[in-house]
Amino acid sequence: MSAATKVERTRITVASSDAEGAELAARLALDLDGVFEEVVVAYQSRIYGFALRLLANPADAEEIAQDAFVRAYRALQGYPVERIATLRLRPWLYQIAVNLARNRHRHRGRRPSELALVDENGRERAFPAGEGDDPMAALERAEGAAALAGTIAALPARYRAAVVLRHVEGLSYAEVAAVLDQPVGTAKANVHRGVTLLRAALAEPGR
Amino acid sequence: MERSRDQGERFDDAKGLTVALRELGVVTPPPSLVPGVLVGTGLADGYWPEETAIGRVFVAYGAAGVVAVQHEEAASAFDAWFRGRFGRRAVAAPPRATLARSVRARLAGERAAPPPFDLRAVRPFQRAVLEAAATIPRGEVRPYAWIAREIGRPGAVRAVGTALAHNPVPLLMPCHRVVRADGRLGEYVFGTGAKRALLTAEGVDIAGIEQRGRTGQPLSGSDTTRIFCYPTCRHARRTAPEHLVRFASAPVARAAGYRPCLVCRPVEAG
Ligand SMILES: [Zn+2]
Repeated sequence: MSAATKVERTRITVASSDAEGAELAARLALDLDGVFEEVVVAYQSRIYGFALRLLANPADAEEIAQDAFVRAYRALQGYPVERIATLRLRPWLYQIAVNLARNRHRHRGRRPSELALVDENGRERAFPAGEGDDPMAALERAEGAAALAGTIAALPARYRAAVVLRHVEGLSYAEVAAVLDQPVGTAKANVHRGVTLLRAALAEPGR
Repeated sequence: MERSRDQGERFDDAKGLTVALRELGVVTPPPSLVPGVLVGTGLADGYWPEETAIGRVFVAYGAAGVVAVQHEEAASAFDAWFRGRFGRRAVAAPPRATLARSVRARLAGERAAPPPFDLRAVRPFQRAVLEAAATIPRGEVRPYAWIAREIGRPGAVRAVGTALAHNPVPLLMPCHRVVRADGRLGEYVFGTGAKRALLTAEGVDIAGIEQRGRTGQPLSGSDTTRIFCYPTCRHARRTAPEHLVRFASAPVARAAGYRPCLVCRPVEAG
């Protein structure tokens, strides 16, 4: 499968999940306890993946993702029905997760470690091999992905979240701005600056 | 160097980087994430398996602590049992390390603080019964009437038996240490065989207790201290055989000039 096909497919998934999100929110408003698990199942990949790219550590990412969903549930318990029904679930969940990740960094003062990018077998944990890839190409892709993920994780926090939301998670600039609680212009500038830093870091000789 | 040039090329054009970034978003979350959220929100209880002296048990827990312990081989059987008993769901989810540690220590019979329990489903009478049973040291047993007396309901011996038979947290709250006054082991949530195995593993002399029951001499005394005990009380076990005397009941022992042990506090009747 070509990379271009993959991106195409990802876009379609994102678009349809927005429509599903509205439908899910409407049902959630009527039956929080009955439908919340579906919300977790629907968004676990997105929220976990987002946390993984911010923190570059699978255990930390799982903890942040779990905590984000638990906090979301508690918040929803206090929301009026109309507010839940019109909630844009995906950006809202990202917002909870980004705040948790930020507080965690502040409290621990730790930097993500590159070692954490690989799983117990030494493979890049979150990177799936494409169908029909030959092994060498898959390996190169995995190495490239690990390098890219490590470089993202080393970006200053302000740019990191913006780049991940825009280019990994595929949000619009307006959505990135809403999640990060910034004017659209600022969000856009942070994404561009982040990508510039990323490209410069990747082009650095001796990497 | 060779590879970094390749990578540089790969990420050089804007499209290459965009594609690579988007591909980073394709991740598989760990299978423990959804169960963790369900337990964290209280939408379900969590459970995990532990191996014990009587085989595999499942330990269910909520936010406040341990909810249930059940002797089952298969998780599916435990699921069904839990739903039937508590009317809600339990999902396989490993507990916090601190909870796992305290449960394991208790199961292994270590002298450790008990894990936190969530006994909301347990009525005050049953809770009092379980807490009284929890004061019986490992390796010792007491009769049902002793529990009834301890909780201030000396007439409620039969109700004590029922409460123990429905203990939701066996092993952790050691209802297996309560036996019949006639020396027989009596009922147990996981069956009499399991009760025998547990008490044997704790070093209780079951044959001795049964024999004393058959001969109608369930109490032990020491002719040097003039104190009488339940035979598994640590004071009774310290008594040398040549100083050991046996009694049919507390009134008989008192009549012989003996006083009850302050540690095991034998009941007057039964
Ligand atoms: Zn005693």
